[in-house]
Amino acid sequence: MKTKRNILPGFGISTGFTMTYMSLVVLIPLSAVFLKAASVDWSQFWTTITAPRLMASYRLTLGTSFISACLNAMFGLLVAWVLARYEFPLKRIVDALVDLPFALPTAVAGIALTAIYSQNGWFGRYLEPIGIKVAFTPLGIVVALMFVGLPFVVRNVQPVLEDLDKEIEEAARSLGATRWQTFRLVIVPTILPALLTGFALAFARGLGEYGSVVFISGNLPNTQITSLLINTKLEQYDSAGATAIAVVMLVISFALLLGINLLQARTRRFQEAV
Amino acid sequence: MESSQQRARAHSENPIVRYLLIGSALLFLAFFLVTPLLTVFIEAFDKGWDAYRAAIVEPDALSSIYLSLMAVAIAVPVNTLFGVAAAWSITKFDFIGKNILVTLVDIPFAVSPIISGLIFVLMFGAQGWIGPWLAEHDIRIIFAVPGIILATMFVTVPFVARELIPHMQAQGREEEEAALVLGATGLQTFFRVTLPNIRWSLMYGIILCTARAMGEFGAVAVVSGHIRGQTNTIPLHVEILYNEYNFVGAFAVASLLTLMAIVTLALKKIVEWKISE
Repeated sequence: MKTKRNILPGFGISTGFTMTYMSLVVLIPLSAVFLKAASVDWSQFWTTITAPRLMASYRLTLGTSFISACLNAMFGLLVAWVLARYEFPLKRIVDALVDLPFALPTAVAGIALTAIYSQNGWFGRYLEPIGIKVAFTPLGIVVALMFVGLPFVVRNVQPVLEDLDKEIEEAARSLGATRWQTFRLVIVPTILPALLTGFALAFARGLGEYGSVVFISGNLPNTQITSLLINTKLEQYDSAGATAIAVVMLVISFALLLGINLLQARTRRFQEAV
Repeated sequence: MESSQQRARAHSENPIVRYLLIGSALLFLAFFLVTPLLTVFIEAFDKGWDAYRAAIVEPDALSSIYLSLMAVAIAVPVNTLFGVAAAWSITKFDFIGKNILVTLVDIPFAVSPIISGLIFVLMFGAQGWIGPWLAEHDIRIIFAVPGIILATMFVTVPFVARELIPHMQAQGREEEEAALVLGATGLQTFFRVTLPNIRWSLMYGIILCTARAMGEFGAVAVVSGHIRGQTNTIPLHVEILYNEYNFVGAFAVASLLTLMAIVTLALKKIVEWKISE
């Protein structure tokens, strides 16, 4: 059958407005980065983005984002499991609280975490005497990124756990599987795409995160993340240098965005198939 | 026949494991989410109510609140309009490049806040595309209010569209088609059929958009120039106070943003409950 004629009005105006607005506010400004980068001499571009200070910042940014995303995948799964499966007092409030990192401005999270983990803070005062320094170290960056990334994992995994057909687990049990075997062989494979999506989103967020990190990292030579170095270059009026680093970050972010979209499409197909 | 007890055991753990899991999840959340929340208020009231009040009614703080509200007052309505238009176009029509458009809408989420600020410096800054022209005509965008508003608009582009698109996709086109066949005009169809259906997800998108517009830090920090009392939004004012070791002041002003976050979470729950009804 040929697609029937669409009688709904407003195609021209809504699509036109959408495209124009996207172009003016998002696409043209973003293309400024690439055009500016194209005007920079290639060897100078390469020297800027491979400077030792920057290489250290890539390692730090990727490393802390990866570790915090892994920890979030673990703890996020735990939180999602408990929220999806069990009843306990104040559950609704706990459930609402999980979204706090989405709603709380990053600068506020940054100063609060720094206050908690600095030398005289609630946790810092007990951690520093036993040799664990959190504030103004890479560990502090991991803590900040765990804070901002947690809801991505929980909110991706929780609905899948809630939709999981109880009969599949009953079948596994009646076929003689232990509870642990059921979890490992039946539940984990089902939630894996959602867990991976949550992990990737938390990781991507970590790469670009700025507000919550700058306070707890303290801008020391060994705690400078890549976003911070872009800002430093800009403050020195080196917009060519800032642009070169921005291009590196944008390429990584867009590659991740593409990967996440593919992963989400897979998750959706998987859920529809089940 | 299996007893109901056995059935329950098939998809639940024994009580000890269950309590251990609940306990560790709550402990984790208490350490990672509740303590930062409490810290803000405890630090803010460290020197008592008078110091708290003084930090908030001080002129620089008030002007930062005013500027943040202004950025919200412009960015949120514009992005709401965009969100509705984008969702209408994407969910009610089929056209080539539609999937690309859906991905493009999400771009501001994938870009680091610092880069979101950088792009406007590259366009409107002193060495930027139209920087020299702007300087000639004495128009200031970067290190001035327009830059802050533009950066806020950029980072909040996806919020409303993202909430509306999946919801309107699920709703399909039949109801609108029926209204049109029965003789309603396009606008009548939108306001009497579409809008009542999407009002809660629209509300939800606006709430999230507002929270982000009030709280944006990185992008705004790049374009603001940190001129006290002139180009400081609330989060930037918090940063300045904090870097001056005025912790009571910083946390007092931060507590306003924290209250906003708590209200956002409460509204979100109410809206979710309305949607599920």
